[in-house]
Amino acid sequence: MNAPNRSGWKPGTPELPEDIIDTAGTVSGNRGLALEEKLIFEIGTSDTTGVDLPEPSPGAANRLGGLERSEAIGLPGLSEPETVRHYTRLSRQNYAIDCGIFPLGSCTMKHNPRLNEKVARLPGFADIHPLQPQETVQGAVEVMVELADWLITLTGMHSVAMSPKAGAHGELCGILCIRAALEARGDSREVILVPESAHGTNPATAAFAGYRVEDIPATADGRVDLEALTARLGPDVAGVMITNPNTCGLFERDMKAISDAVHEAGGFVYCDGANFNAIVGRVRPGDLGIDAMHINLHKTFSTPHGGGGPGSGPVVLSEALSPYAPLPYAARYADGTLRIVEEEVAAEEHPHAFGRMTAFHGQMGMFTRALAYILSHGADGLRQVSGDAVLNANYVLRSLQDVLDAPFGPSGPCMHEALFSDDSFAKGVSTLDVAKALIDEGFHPMTMYFPLVVHGAMLIEPTECESKAALDQFIASLRSIAERANAGDPSLAQAPLLAPRRRVDETAAARKPRLAWAEPAEAL
Amino acid sequence: MRYLPLTDTDRTAMLGVIGAPSVDALFSDVPEAARLGGPIEGLASHASELAVERHMTRLAAKNLSAGEAPFFLGAGAYRHHIPASVDHLIQRGEFLTAYTPYQPEIAQGTLQTLFEFQSQVARLLGCDVANASMYDGSTASWEAVVMARRITKRGRVLIADGLHPHYVSTITTMARFTRDAIQYAAPRLEAGCGEEALIAAIDGETSCVVVQYPDILGRLPDLAAIAEAAHANGALLVAVVTEPVALGAIRSPGELGADIVVGEGQSLGVGLQFGGPYLGLFATREKFVRQMPGRLCGETVDAAGKRSFVLTLSTREQHIRREKATSNICTNSGLCALAFTIHLTLLGEKGLRALAAENHRLACLAADKLAAIPGVELVNRSFFNEFAVRIEGDARQIVRDLAAKGVLAGVGLGRLYPDQPELAGGLLVAVTETTTEDDINALVAGLQELLA
Repeated sequence: MNAPNRSGWKPGTPELPEDIIDTAGTVSGNRGLALEEKLIFEIGTSDTTGVDLPEPSPGAANRLGGLERSEAIGLPGLSEPETVRHYTRLSRQNYAIDCGIFPLGSCTMKHNPRLNEKVARLPGFADIHPLQPQETVQGAVEVMVELADWLITLTGMHSVAMSPKAGAHGELCGILCIRAALEARGDSREVILVPESAHGTNPATAAFAGYRVEDIPATADGRVDLEALTARLGPDVAGVMITNPNTCGLFERDMKAISDAVHEAGGFVYCDGANFNAIVGRVRPGDLGIDAMHINLHKTFSTPHGGGGPGSGPVVLSEALSPYAPLPYAARYADGTLRIVEEEVAAEEHPHAFGRMTAFHGQMGMFTRALAYILSHGADGLRQVSGDAVLNANYVLRSLQDVLDAPFGPSGPCMHEALFSDDSFAKGVSTLDVAKALIDEGFHPMTMYFPLVVHGAMLIEPTECESKAALDQFIASLRSIAERANAGDPSLAQAPLLAPRRRVDETAAARKPRLAWAEPAEAL
Repeated sequence: MRYLPLTDTDRTAMLGVIGAPSVDALFSDVPEAARLGGPIEGLASHASELAVERHMTRLAAKNLSAGEAPFFLGAGAYRHHIPASVDHLIQRGEFLTAYTPYQPEIAQGTLQTLFEFQSQVARLLGCDVANASMYDGSTASWEAVVMARRITKRGRVLIADGLHPHYVSTITTMARFTRDAIQYAAPRLEAGCGEEALIAAIDGETSCVVVQYPDILGRLPDLAAIAEAAHANGALLVAVVTEPVALGAIRSPGELGADIVVGEGQSLGVGLQFGGPYLGLFATREKFVRQMPGRLCGETVDAAGKRSFVLTLSTREQHIRREKATSNICTNSGLCALAFTIHLTLLGEKGLRALAAENHRLACLAADKLAAIPGVELVNRSFFNEFAVRIEGDARQIVRDLAAKGVLAGVGLGRLYPDQPELAGGLLVAVTETTTEDDINALVAGLQELLA
């Protein structure tokens, strides 16, 4: 029994084979352990609560300046058992790294160690206020300083700005340092060069900081075209933003030469460090002439993605950019004392800061997790991390290149991610179909249609956290789907058939956006 | 190493498939000069779980946590009791270890909670729509300023004196590069919020007026009057809420005429965490939705006609629009948004109102007791759960002295306004449901002793 289609939306796809799914109707709409769950607005009420609080006394004195709320807010409440059940049931409709391989290229979905969760919740870290007197939070400042020391040493850079809240915020921090350094020498350059293969955040960041963005062309082997780049450099170019390893999963062999050329022309080099996990412990970006690079703690250093954040994006800086780093930052003084340097002492200690990017001091909860991860691995373990990540990616690349087109496969090993195109697919089969078919196989799909430089791109990043057995199972599934795609199997267009939802209509969602709950008309 | 599943046998077999002699050989694209031959010198080697836990516990023990002392700090970060089920639920691996929900068929858990979050936030702030979160209240504030410029095509920003100074710095830092003209002056230690001067400064070039509610001193500005004046001049009112629990007691900014309402959601579900990660709230009118920054979750159906949720209107975003995007934000505060929505679901309307009432009751009690101390003067006429008092001398020193006696007394305004000596005597005191009457008495006794 099918649920009635109240929306009036008509699927534009052919009927399903009869033997699939919709034969076992249930009264509840649930199917065994596959549990449907309504919205809190449909199950909660305004006078239910899961928290015991004193009843407000109606006549109590108030100092609210005549602004007391009179109207209902419209917030449903649930008791504690209902709340636990609601969110537990919803959680089961999610795929997650705890369930299996999550090979989103460029996103780096690695295992999130639970020790890190435990230490981040110690009251000495979780229950301290950012504006407590510094004498009462010396251990927290020590975490920041210790993590900063590791990040500086691992990258071979001069300093680190810890406050950026995520990768894109870190990009902004780095670009603003460049801008401040240029302004300090009276230089008003207007252009930032960004390769076409860059993350969308790069051009968006440069534009947000007031720069004009121009593309850097790529060579046929998927790397920055050094000659074309050098030809474009000049007195109007503030800098370049380069991802290394790049989003094709390749190391930019000419990175040092690029940096030298940019510096020669008076510009600065920003490196998008989203892929630092591929080289951590083996290559120091500082040795490649980088001036600024953000580090996604939620990628390289395993802090959980949490379904879309929080991230954390400390930015390591060269000596030339360090004077302009934003406030605040954590410092260790010669006498061993530790302190957060903020506006109170900035005039004496850090007078050229370009400003402040956020309230308070940064993502402390991520710092504790990242530090626990780094200490667990140590310098030797981090080297093994990048080695295994690159080994796993190359294993995927070479195990599938006979059934999928690997545009840069012939040019040598990849780094931490394997890139394929849709070139081998029969007409009518898309990358999206293949991704959705992987869902039916019980895997989260790879990154689709990115980078833009490859047609129908499929970017697979297994990370170092997958065993060979897990990879073999994933490879076998993707191989079988690729063979169907190459042969033009039309049923791929129906996938997924076995997930909590069939293919979701994104076009309808955007056409008439429904972004908040509204009571159904009959209830009003 | 406990997080790495590959064995040496696996590695050898895999290298055989790849056709490479060693793992190091896979790094052949890295120029020899940049390749390190072994682990970086001067750094520690790997450590056991026990050893790392011991180290981190030792560091944590050096801090005086809020639960160990009578605690009165606020100024944009508030200590509330978080029900145990919140932290349990956000630690479910299906939420904790998922990515941004790019594949909606296997991410309905995250997506439905985001839809619930957006709906709760929109209602709480009094707006039509809310996004799926920003980094925090301060970055949400500058995103609001940028959005107001997109809508009004004007570049003059008026900031009320009661905006959190870190938020002011965040906005002015960005304005340096976007070339918006910012008008702002630090507050004075007085009960009035300066609405008249603010209104007088609004003109035909003003893109937006940014007003915090309750403000940094805990005062409650007249948003309705400011909204009216802004609208009369074609400008927008951006309201900033750093204590969302207040909205269980006072009217919402949207109801009072704000066009964009941003906030810090840390109070509900997230915890103090030394300043981050926190949770940026961002809500506005339906007509401005395509100018919003950040992720949006919308309702739709799947191919079988079942209600489903999906990220939508992504043509505003950086991964599609690149340099023409409304913001560069990508990762936001997903898990903090989940904590917020679970906590608010547990409270419900009834619980939120009771929570707000209890905060206000205790704050009134504390304000009266403190104002009775010779040498302490209450600044506020109106407040919710935080207020300012004026004392002789530098309140920072008082705070340090009381911390040494085991009382975390509040925030000395000199910490926030180091270049405003006339504010040095201001002490911000926040009181929540976690504050006991004994705590208040301890603060009173401590202040009495120091001021005697």
